[in-house]
Amino acid sequence: MSETKIVDACNTYCPGPLMELITYMRQADVGDTLELLSTDQGSADDVPEWVEKCGHEMVGTEKIGEIWHIKVRKAK
Amino acid sequence: MSAREIHIICVSGTREKLQMAAMIASVSAACGDAVTVFFSMNALNYFIKGNTDAAPVEGEFGTLMEKQGVPPFRQLFNQAAELGDAKLLPCSMAIDLLKLTQNDLDPDFGPPTGLTRFLSDSEGGQLLSF
Repeated sequence: MSETKIVDACNTYCPGPLMELITYMRQADVGDTLELLSTDQGSADDVPEWVEKCGHEMVGTEKIGEIWHIKVRKAK
Repeated sequence: MSAREIHIICVSGTREKLQMAAMIASVSAACGDAVTVFFSMNALNYFIKGNTDAAPVEGEFGTLMEKQGVPPFRQLFNQAAELGDAKLLPCSMAIDLLKLTQNDLDPDFGPPTGLTRFLSDSEGGQLLSF
């Protein structure tokens, strides 16, 4: 079980969190899970769209306080 | 994944228009679309190496973006090129008028491109202008 890598993109706006996530996704291995932290509501809606379009896997989305925790598994 | 073709023309040098163009370029390139951005007129100036001039705002929203950590458009265009293989092309007419060469621009920029070539290459794709 590979560990979850945290990608902290709090306090930036669309498309900053998505770009941060993509940067780390490229470095990750297939099967790795990344947890994107974001304070941007728009990104919480938009990131799952990107994940689906690119064929990766959404693990889950949860809002804790003001921060969205968006977990994504690299599928290919 | 079927690649859409998105072609963007940037001519305005205002922050809002460059920002919207950069957002579309970076997100669509990151989604696997084939993206080409053609820079001319007042837009090209902001991509000259060493130029740190801030693009003037058109209205309140531009000021708001400046105050809240919105990713700068220059960074987004660079990410479009580096993460999504977007082509950033300077207009050859603008290059001539500004007395520049490709080497004067950010490293992600491609060769000076004529309008005829750009229009020919963009045939059949979506064309957006800012």
